[in-house]
Amino acid sequence: MGENKLDLLQGTLDLMVLQTLTAMGAQHGYGIARRIEQASKDEVLLNQGTIYASLVRLQQRGWIAASWGTSDNNRKAKFYSITRSGRKQLAKDADHWQRLSDVMGRLFDLSEEGGQ
Amino acid sequence: MGALRRALARIYSFFRKPPLDADLEAEIATHIELAIKENMRRGLTLTEARRQALVNFGGVELAKHQHREARGIMRLDILLQDFRYTVRSLGRDRGFTLVAILILALGIGANIAVFSVVNNLLLRPLPFPGSQQLVWIAPPPTKCGISCATYSTDGYDTFRAGTHSFQDVTGYNAFSTADNLSLSVGAGAPVQATSIDVIANFFQLLGVQPTMGRAFNEADGRNGAAPVIILSDAWWRRQFNADPNIVGKAFDINGQQTTVVGVLPRTFDFGAIFSPGTKIDAITPVDLYGPVRTQGNNFTFIGRLKPGVSLAQARQDSAAVAPRLCNNNKVSDSCGQYEAVPVPLKSYVSGKLNRSLVVLWSAVGGILLIACVNLSNLLLARAAGRSKEFAMRTALGASRARIVRQLLTESLILSGAGAFCGLALAATLVAWLRSQGAIALPLLSTLHIDGAALGWTVLIAVFAAVFFGIVPGLRMASGDLQETLKDTGAGTGQSRKHERLRSTLVVTEVALACVLLVGAGLLLRSFLKVLDVDLGFEPQHAAAVMLTYDVPGKTRLEALQNQSLILQQVLTRVSSIPGIQAAGVVDYLPLGQNRSWGTPFPKGIKAPQGIETGPLVYVITPGYMRAMGTGIRGRDFTWDDGPKSTNVVMINKAYAHFLANYAKWPDGSAVGQMLNDGNQDLLVAGVVDDVHEEGTEGDTGWQIYYPVTQQFPNAAQLVIRTTLPPGTMATSVMTALRELNPKQPAAEFRPIQAIVNHSNSPRQFFMLLVASFAALGLTLAALGIYGVISYSVTQRTQEIGIRMALGATAGRVQRSVISKTLRLAIIGIVSGAVASLAVSRAIAALLFNTEPSDPITFAAMVLLIGVVALLAGYVPARRASRVNPMVALRNN
Repeated sequence: MGENKLDLLQGTLDLMVLQTLTAMGAQHGYGIARRIEQASKDEVLLNQGTIYASLVRLQQRGWIAASWGTSDNNRKAKFYSITRSGRKQLAKDADHWQRLSDVMGRLFDLSEEGGQ
Repeated sequence: MGALRRALARIYSFFRKPPLDADLEAEIATHIELAIKENMRRGLTLTEARRQALVNFGGVELAKHQHREARGIMRLDILLQDFRYTVRSLGRDRGFTLVAILILALGIGANIAVFSVVNNLLLRPLPFPGSQQLVWIAPPPTKCGISCATYSTDGYDTFRAGTHSFQDVTGYNAFSTADNLSLSVGAGAPVQATSIDVIANFFQLLGVQPTMGRAFNEADGRNGAAPVIILSDAWWRRQFNADPNIVGKAFDINGQQTTVVGVLPRTFDFGAIFSPGTKIDAITPVDLYGPVRTQGNNFTFIGRLKPGVSLAQARQDSAAVAPRLCNNNKVSDSCGQYEAVPVPLKSYVSGKLNRSLVVLWSAVGGILLIACVNLSNLLLARAAGRSKEFAMRTALGASRARIVRQLLTESLILSGAGAFCGLALAATLVAWLRSQGAIALPLLSTLHIDGAALGWTVLIAVFAAVFFGIVPGLRMASGDLQETLKDTGAGTGQSRKHERLRSTLVVTEVALACVLLVGAGLLLRSFLKVLDVDLGFEPQHAAAVMLTYDVPGKTRLEALQNQSLILQQVLTRVSSIPGIQAAGVVDYLPLGQNRSWGTPFPKGIKAPQGIETGPLVYVITPGYMRAMGTGIRGRDFTWDDGPKSTNVVMINKAYAHFLANYAKWPDGSAVGQMLNDGNQDLLVAGVVDDVHEEGTEGDTGWQIYYPVTQQFPNAAQLVIRTTLPPGTMATSVMTALRELNPKQPAAEFRPIQAIVNHSNSPRQFFMLLVASFAALGLTLAALGIYGVISYSVTQRTQEIGIRMALGATAGRVQRSVISKTLRLAIIGIVSGAVASLAVSRAIAALLFNTEPSDPITFAAMVLLIGVVALLAGYVPARRASRVNPMVALRNN
């Protein structure tokens, strides 16, 4: 298991989780995982289990909060919701991602032009 | 902020594992449940829905692992796991664990104890503030002992005023005799104690503050000052029951009301620093302009350098002033014979021991190495038995690093436990050493295990763990997985390689033990040679006791006559006690203090220039030589050699021999010849054996004896020679003395042998330590040999069974095992002997009359280690020869 790859994936997954919680409000682990799968239209191969490492990490940083509740079909489930500092972090990260992907896009355009 | 918060959360999680794990468990269960429900809603069967839910989840255990990794402190988890596992597996193997911890405790304990000694004597500065500024000022070492290392009070004044590199100079009277105080309390016999006269600025210069009261001040040393005394901590506790209000109280000491002005701190032990092995109870100030002024060289010099002044500058300064010193300023030809060389006080106190301590340190280092090699071997044997366990764990996914880490954890735990027990052992040893007041080693009474020793313990424990753990660890981890799983353990390649490694380790062990043994053997032989030295007197069946008497008399003549009468009376009375063969009195016993007066020369012959110091002077009674067992050629003094008859002396052979070079004596004998000391003629009544004065080992110098009938002794030591063990005579002698003089204090009754033993004690101490380390090393090496041979016999039980089934006799099997043992032992001994040759050269300076390559020692040690090796091999050999072929073939 290459650690670099894991790091990259971690950051990305954390951001996806934060965004999902902002969009959907409080949600349990399964809900978050399904939502990400649906949003990515199955382009991301996600082992649903890995979501839990991401959740504990975000929780320990204080970006999300968790509490036990009851799911739609009356099962006891742990619900996660984004906190204020989580929102701030999301804004920061989203901005960072946006800028990075802009730069990458421009770079790829540049290389096509340069190739001609 | 986030990072800190997360770190705290991680630590918090680490300690709440069970509830968090239960939470996660429940969460995952819900997750799967929800997934199954959703899949079934899409029309799948329950089985398929569950399968797909699990596939999408992707490994429940993996998810849990990732979660825990993100949540807590994984490394610590693994460490704890390893720790628990190790403790469990060591607990199962109790015999191995006990032996391993015992070996380590001995090795590490010896190291800590010796480190404490080395640290105390060599590494730590002396227990005085700014102790690196303190210097001992004396002439370069010569033959004549303490008399040449001292200066007169006039010399002190000149030196102190003339030098500029010292903040101040102080000194103490080196001729204060033992038991010189007699403290009268109540009606009983006075209590005897020892004090040292110091110059009043002594404590200021050393920077010693009394715990109670004050140090001496200048007024205490003035002429006519009220007598004062400062008590040592030990005496204050022993004699005065640690009286907290002692300061200001006055006691009758030597007939004078003497006020206690202070009590010294426990850390300041005058004896431990300046005169090892003796007990100093109190310190008294000296009046420099009192009687000592005319008594010649009495004072040793101690100086404190000014800040920024180097030793070299101080030496130059001292060398410039020394020639101006006079024994007595009023006697012009008493000047210009002095030299003064400052050396660091520390090197004066413990410098002579450097080499011995380094040897001791190396010896315990050797022990630790042997212990480590031994343990390495034990672990290797254990690891060989566990190779399948490790192969299995590797097959189940444990990484090599993880396995090595686990083996290292194991050795760390073992060495940690060993270090703990070793520390307890060392504490016992150090406490015992501290109480050995009779060993003439400096600073022994201040020995303790301090922070540095604890640090050293940790250091060597970790070193030991890595040292003995790394070989088996790497060996295990490098093994071929499949080979190991297939290996049945008997006679295949892997085991062979193991055995070769183990044999190498054993050979190393034997070689190390051999070096230790040879070293110890050489020291032992030196010690025996020292015991064999002809001291010039017979220490057995002789004892000494300090005599106290008053000599009335207005004139010198009257006093001498009275003195003769008193002593003659004492000796007649003592000699009449049954069991006493001879009795005599001397002022200084051998192997203690001494002094010199001048150099009497054959009458009519001019003494050549450049004779540094004269013979050591003793004032004795008739019968003293017989009591000491010193042979006389010529005649002993008699009571008739009175103050009005010819002045007589006896001289020792060495001095007589020296004088004979200048005098033209018929047949070269000094007996009956006349000497002259510049003032008067001295008739040589007898020539006596050379007596060892400074120590049992050194050369003997010149000695001259005067009779008490013509000279005043500085003190009176009654020496008796007995037919019975001297100790049994103590009561009857003391009773007799008390009858003659009711003021005779209860002085210590000292066997002369004890005085000799005291002088030999440092050598004996080092010899015993090195010898016990060597014995320990030998035992460990024997264990090592036994371990390897016994293991190889166990491994080959089947092979031996086959051989015996094919007709090999028990004797043949036994021989083959023993020859294997011998092969290991011989390789070890040969390499050890070669190494010993080099090592013995390094300790040559510590030997006495013993060649570093002493063939007897080498032969004896080789024989000893060979026999021990044979015994260690014989036990498994016997077991091998008793193998029952049928049983061996049936079992594996």
